[in-house]
Amino acid sequence: MKMKLGQDHPLAVALFATPAVLLFIVFVALPLLLAAGATFTDHRLMSPEPTRYVGLANFQRLLALDVAVVEPLRDADGRVRTDDDGVRYPTWRQVRQSHPELATYREAFRLDLPAALGNTRVLLAASDPLFYRSLINTFLFALLVLPLQCGVALGLAILVNQKLRGRVFFRTVYFAPVVTSMVVASIVWAFMLNTDRGMLNELLRGLLGNPDAGPDWLGDSRYALPAIAIMSAWQGAGFQMLVFLAGLQSISPELYEAAKLMGANSWQRFVHVTLPGLRNTIVFVLVSTTLLAFGLFTQVDVMTSGGPLDSTTTVVYHAVRSGFKEQDVGYGSTITLVFFVIVLALSWLQRALAGKGDK
Amino acid sequence: MTATWRSRLRDLALFLAMSAIGIVFIAPLLFMFISSFKSDAAIFANLDRWSAYLPSADWSLNNYTAVFEKSDLPSFLLNSTLIAALVVVGGVLVNSMLAFSIARMRWRGRNLVLALVVAMVIVPFEVIAIPLLSLVARLPWPAIEHGQLVLHTGWFNSLHVQVIPFLANAFCVFLFYQFFRDIPPELDEAAKMDGAGPWTVYARIIMPNSGPVIATAAIVLFISAWNQYLWPIMVIQGEAFRPVQPGIQQFFGRTNSWGQIMAYASVITLPVLAVFLAFQRQFVASVAGAGVKG
Repeated sequence: MKMKLGQDHPLAVALFATPAVLLFIVFVALPLLLAAGATFTDHRLMSPEPTRYVGLANFQRLLALDVAVVEPLRDADGRVRTDDDGVRYPTWRQVRQSHPELATYREAFRLDLPAALGNTRVLLAASDPLFYRSLINTFLFALLVLPLQCGVALGLAILVNQKLRGRVFFRTVYFAPVVTSMVVASIVWAFMLNTDRGMLNELLRGLLGNPDAGPDWLGDSRYALPAIAIMSAWQGAGFQMLVFLAGLQSISPELYEAAKLMGANSWQRFVHVTLPGLRNTIVFVLVSTTLLAFGLFTQVDVMTSGGPLDSTTTVVYHAVRSGFKEQDVGYGSTITLVFFVIVLALSWLQRALAGKGDK
Repeated sequence: MTATWRSRLRDLALFLAMSAIGIVFIAPLLFMFISSFKSDAAIFANLDRWSAYLPSADWSLNNYTAVFEKSDLPSFLLNSTLIAALVVVGGVLVNSMLAFSIARMRWRGRNLVLALVVAMVIVPFEVIAIPLLSLVARLPWPAIEHGQLVLHTGWFNSLHVQVIPFLANAFCVFLFYQFFRDIPPELDEAAKMDGAGPWTVYARIIMPNSGPVIATAAIVLFISAWNQYLWPIMVIQGEAFRPVQPGIQQFFGRTNSWGQIMAYASVITLPVLAVFLAFQRQFVASVAGAGVKG
């Protein structure tokens, strides 16, 4: 009787809580703390050298950016020099010589202003241009995959929510790619995306009637990331479909009846009943898909190794390359931590934006 | 009359749409499975036709025998099976116990622990991977050599490095917590009156009434353990403890027989598909539930 009013015995609580709590401390909290600590050191995975404190050097190496304004090359009479490729500029080597502060930097991006603005070239130099490249690639991937995967998932959920025979069968079919591992999915899609023999290009050629149609999906820097996005949406949409389906089924049928009585057509019912009813679900799906999209690694490792021309190098791929393949744990942890801050900020932003819609 | 015809027409259109989308979703997997029974020449003979997705007359198990004899697939399968089994059994135990202590026991600080667990759900493994790598390189592991207990440093190249870090799973704790919280309290009050301790309540009353959530947690843990890729490529160098996903990636790099690659892929995909199909109902119900409430 006294147990009911008071608290449980601390030893009993400890027996139940300790195993998992201990595992969380050692394998989640401790790594996060270690990562925070390692960012200030030059710690390496296997090294005879003692680890040294390096202050903010890792952050500087990762984030340092500088802008250089470069004037075009001019002839003796002051006219801009051009050749077949357009206006000519000094090479990066020459720029660096005239800007000694850029000694350890490499070119990241360039923007050539039009003639009206004096043909000036604006160069963005970074000490690790690949990090900025991977950051942009990761955001691009998220921008491609988020609407695609969530949109497809919502459409599928609405379809399998209809009172139709065979909907459980179709639900299983749409979910089947989710239980296929990302490695297997990547290998099968690598085959299907092959330029000459892959069925995707065979299909395109058949549809367009052009025997030369079909891009070099994984070998062309313009198509590789979108190809991976399509493949990832195919693999993952089934999961979000299930979540949306549960959301749809939690909306009261009376709301639809009321809307029908008020003369709302099916589109109006979707906008004014379905979407508001799915709000929490949509936030959950957006946040979880963003987390997945930002963790992009396996598809890139199996299908493209970050290429062609670094067009599919992602933040996690870059972190694994630095922290594991080059064994530079200090630098790899720095990338990881910056990545974590970005992911946290994004999921907070998505929740905050969704919360605002409430009022 | 017209109303029923319209609704029949609508149903037909929906059915056709679902079938067309279904083909897109199943075609790559169907191709994988069908091609695993074909010779390479037969695979490449008809990629632009429907027959690419149909068994050919001269189908054989040659690719499967080749993969099992030529590669280390059997030992990788054994590794993955052991890893997944240990993660499922250990994971269901420790996560349900923590959830039990939060949902069914009274103690100060349980709300804080619950909040921390919920916060951990959004920490991606990719964030932890690199520092965890340098952590497990320094962790000790006991061994018995010449009748004496010795401590080895570093967990690389072992099964336990692929099991222990994945036992505690914040998402699973949350699933168990939600389920335990909704079990009526009368159930264990009666047992407590009879003097049953918390372990009896957990093992005799709560767990036997939690079949669906145990199935879900087991599937979540099984699929993530079986599909591990990033972690094993970092911590497993030799062949002895390699699991199936890095195994197929390596096989993919070495072989140019697509028939054998597809056979390998089918072998390592079928167990997960089978587990999913067997527990589909519970799985669908609780994954969806977590999303709506979460």
